[in-house]
Amino acid sequence: MVTIFGVPVQALLGQLLVGLINGSFYAMLSLGLAIIFGMLRIINFAHGALYMLGAFVGYLMLAHLGISYWLALILSPLAVGLFGVIVERVALSRLYRVDPLYGLLFTFGLALVVEGGFRYYFGVSGQPYPTPKALTGGMNLGFMFLPVYRGWVVVASIVVCTATWFLIERTKLGAYLRASTENPVLVQAFGVNVPVLLTFTYGLGCALAALAGIMAAPVYQVSPLMGSNIIIVVFAVVVVGGMGSILGAILTGYALGLIEGLTKVFYPEASNIVIFVVMAIVLLVRPAGLFGRDA
Amino acid sequence: MPETLLEVRGLNAWYGESHVLHGVDMTVRPGETVTLLGRNGVGKTTTLRAIMGIVRKRTGTLRFDGQDLLKLPLHRTAHAGLGFVPEERGIFSTLDVMENLMLPPVVAPGGMSIEEIFTLFPNLKERRSSPGTKLSGGEQQMLAIARMLRTGVKMLLLDEPTEGLAPVIIDRIGDALLSLRERGMTILLVEQNFRFASRIADRFYVMEHGAITTGFPVGELEARMPELQELLGV
Repeated sequence: MVTIFGVPVQALLGQLLVGLINGSFYAMLSLGLAIIFGMLRIINFAHGALYMLGAFVGYLMLAHLGISYWLALILSPLAVGLFGVIVERVALSRLYRVDPLYGLLFTFGLALVVEGGFRYYFGVSGQPYPTPKALTGGMNLGFMFLPVYRGWVVVASIVVCTATWFLIERTKLGAYLRASTENPVLVQAFGVNVPVLLTFTYGLGCALAALAGIMAAPVYQVSPLMGSNIIIVVFAVVVVGGMGSILGAILTGYALGLIEGLTKVFYPEASNIVIFVVMAIVLLVRPAGLFGRDA
Repeated sequence: MPETLLEVRGLNAWYGESHVLHGVDMTVRPGETVTLLGRNGVGKTTTLRAIMGIVRKRTGTLRFDGQDLLKLPLHRTAHAGLGFVPEERGIFSTLDVMENLMLPPVVAPGGMSIEEIFTLFPNLKERRSSPGTKLSGGEQQMLAIARMLRTGVKMLLLDEPTEGLAPVIIDRIGDALLSLRERGMTILLVEQNFRFASRIADRFYVMEHGAITTGFPVGELEARMPELQELLGV
């Protein structure tokens, strides 16, 4: 058997793949968090709950309406994005002028309410979500076995992250968003309706979380706690990448997923804390994060 | 007496609890260049920000081109035809020069084309793909003015465009403002530099303690110099 540093290659590649898949979800979630923080200056503690909501909307659509995974991939982010738009209009938009702590507390409370509600109705056990037929089975890559759905998750997340990066860094709408992040008052004085941009941004961040949720449904189980399990890691990713940095959030998401996977191979005991160790080291060396601007 | 483009009457404005403007009265006619003089802290910048609607706590009369500016939300003021060039210039560091230039939405037909803007400010053309804040102070000021010219606004509010710039750059900004004036642009300017202001302004207003105390045409500037130097402490 071929080994690297005494570890079988299959095991190494297998864990790297798991790391890459986790990293795909980290990247999509931290991307949404970074966009929301950049524009709204709000640390969206509800992000994990929105990810869970995305998975549950997909699950309920399938269970009660027979709506397929592919349609849910569009409808679930739309529904959760609309929920985000309502939340921003009704509540968050009233909190911009007060201490940022209020936004943090509000989103934290929202997460508790949403997660508590689902826990009340569905319990804490996970609901299985079948892998869509077209993506079942696996491929033998010669050196390892790749389940098709997991390959799809990695590719789809790269496409989603790239598209979002393109929207923000290369389009006119993105220029408005970047400029508003720097100086919202001046952008509004130029005649841009910044309040509507803020609503759109929160809706977009929520939709991204829901998309990650529905994509995660066949990999993990659909459970009311799936969001609170992942969100702490995602916050660590955002801190390592640099608050508000789009590219930082994406690259750090994948990188920390891979590091976590590698740790499982070489020192499994540390795999649960390695991300936080990385975070502590990065904060010591570059307090603004790897891609943060005022380092 | 030609019609009035901007009418400011009894304008009061507050920053939080602090009452900054105490009844500002002034008018600007179409095509005029009017300069607001005054010591630091008398409310010149606040006057521009209150007209624009950036300072929201305002009372009095504020009419522009037949519209009541007090009723407009901030993002509609530009659409009424007002372009704002802030003192700190407000160039965005995450946008390159071209993106900065294209950022403000077009609010009315009749704005300048990119080619015309580049003819007016050739430096910007050379540096079109640099990040906005990598430009020199003078180039940033040119960019801050240039980006409002695409939009078709009728009037520019310029806050100390020559502050901290070298004389040769100040002359070029003066040339640009003169050629804008020839095109019929109306300009309200806050300025400390007499030489620059006398070159382009038609009229002056003097501000003290949050109100206009006197106004005079450019022809009287020479005669009033001793009085103004006393007043402005220059």
